[in-house]
Amino acid sequence: MEFSTFLWTTLGAFLTLATFSFLYKDNPFYKIAEHLVVGVSAGYFVIILWHNGLVPNLFERLADGDWYLLWLNSSKPWYLVPALLGALMWTRFSQNYSWVSRWPLGMYIGIATGVAIPLEMANRVNRQLYATMIAIKWDNFWGMGFLDSAAGFSQIIIFAGVIAGLFYFFFSKAHTGIFGGIARFGIWILMIGFGASFGFTVMARVSLFINRIQDLRDWGAASFNTSNPHYSGWFFIVFLLLVFSLAAYAVVEVARFTKRRAA
Amino acid sequence: MNIFERMMSLDRRWVFLFVALVCVATYIVPFEIPVRVDDEVRSIFEFIDTLRPGQIVFVAIDYDPNALAELHPMTYAIMEHCFRKNLKVIVTALSQNGPGMAEQAIRDIADSVRLDREYGGVKYTGREIVRGEDYTFLGYKPYYALVILGMGQDFRIPFPTDYYGVTLDSIPMMRGVHNYAQVAVVVDLSAGNITDAWIAYGQGRFGFPLALGLTGVMGADYYPYLNSGQVFGIMAGLYGAAQYEQLADNPGRAKDGMRVQVYAHLVIILFIIMGNVGYFMSRRKRAGAAR
Repeated sequence: MEFSTFLWTTLGAFLTLATFSFLYKDNPFYKIAEHLVVGVSAGYFVIILWHNGLVPNLFERLADGDWYLLWLNSSKPWYLVPALLGALMWTRFSQNYSWVSRWPLGMYIGIATGVAIPLEMANRVNRQLYATMIAIKWDNFWGMGFLDSAAGFSQIIIFAGVIAGLFYFFFSKAHTGIFGGIARFGIWILMIGFGASFGFTVMARVSLFINRIQDLRDWGAASFNTSNPHYSGWFFIVFLLLVFSLAAYAVVEVARFTKRRAA
Repeated sequence: MNIFERMMSLDRRWVFLFVALVCVATYIVPFEIPVRVDDEVRSIFEFIDTLRPGQIVFVAIDYDPNALAELHPMTYAIMEHCFRKNLKVIVTALSQNGPGMAEQAIRDIADSVRLDREYGGVKYTGREIVRGEDYTFLGYKPYYALVILGMGQDFRIPFPTDYYGVTLDSIPMMRGVHNYAQVAVVVDLSAGNITDAWIAYGQGRFGFPLALGLTGVMGADYYPYLNSGQVFGIMAGLYGAAQYEQLADNPGRAKDGMRVQVYAHLVIILFIIMGNVGYFMSRRKRAGAAR
């Protein structure tokens, strides 16, 4: 690992610790990390959009035209239409002409809606409805693995759960008697669903922490490997500087805390 | 203040500290825990494992660095599996910061595939992964729904060039490859709404086999699509990635993290029990005092 690589990876390790410092309380190190992430992401996105979007999909398609003829003589002049619509979005910055930006927005929303409605309806509503109403194969019901078979026990749970869940969200009738019992079963089904989501979410959050531990381990192993031909004392000095900056802030915080407590 | 009230008023930072200590401690001590493989992960592995050399796998790397922890291990396991099986891979990154994720993954996987390795008792000779022959990285384009629909007509509509500016017609593995009809399977590794678009606008419109790799947070929401047959496999969270690594006999960061997951969950369950016991006991005490 060269010194320049060490600096970047050390910055990454420092930002990891700075981000976790938020778990104690908001602080300047966390703010630096937070603003850096937002800034770098925005900058990266702009460059990606330029090189992956505008250059190949617009400029290169108009490249055989002449700028002084506004590319109208290119072989694909119709690409000027989306370019013009895109440019009109910038009128948002003018108080007098911001209304013009509604044209490209209207066109985009119109196309997106036209594309979305039939496909969303077919694939996220109808297909799910069909899946709820799959015929139960009773011969499979008592077979091996009926508990996890879509054609067996779980299909009954899905069907009953959907109906009971809908009962729970029907508020035009008091949830009493048989109706109330079914609605109660519905809320239990919902709670089981939320519980599964919560369990997955805990796993996701722990995964993020594990990844950081793994990265810090890799950083430590690579940075302080003395057999590295580029290794020098500067590696350790930079590391100490970062540790001291964090330690100094921790001391200041402890002093503040003690002062507050004494007061 | 009795012990139950103390439980209720425990500063959350003690919980964070305790969980962190348990995670670090279990990570430092190397031991392996068994990983049970679910059918929904096995179906993805078996689908890819039974493809013929030269067939194309479409891998959509639709996540940003914030989901790297869970989805990168899936990307590594699946793509290395593909390259070892001599499959061709088309990669897209329809998330804003996805191209960086994809480039990093391709670079690291290429390094790994260079080495001779043995997976599941089968010896694989190391080889060089060649851009344009073994894989094509198409890159990023905005408005993922329209990009997914456009690729159904021709990859060249949204992507006249690959990520590196090479026209698709001049890329050897893209000759004769126009749309999803030439692709054996689409694997979407996603951390957001792009998955919905792959289901509705991709699989729903063009009918290709679709498998999902999801963050843990999303996992439970997408199981209904497995039941409806719209997707044939789901890997959810780090556990899903660990299962794929187990099947591919290629242990990576996901399997490495499983022991931490187990103990972190135990600690969290312990705190949940403590919180509930404290809540009910202090409620009983209040009720007793009111009487």
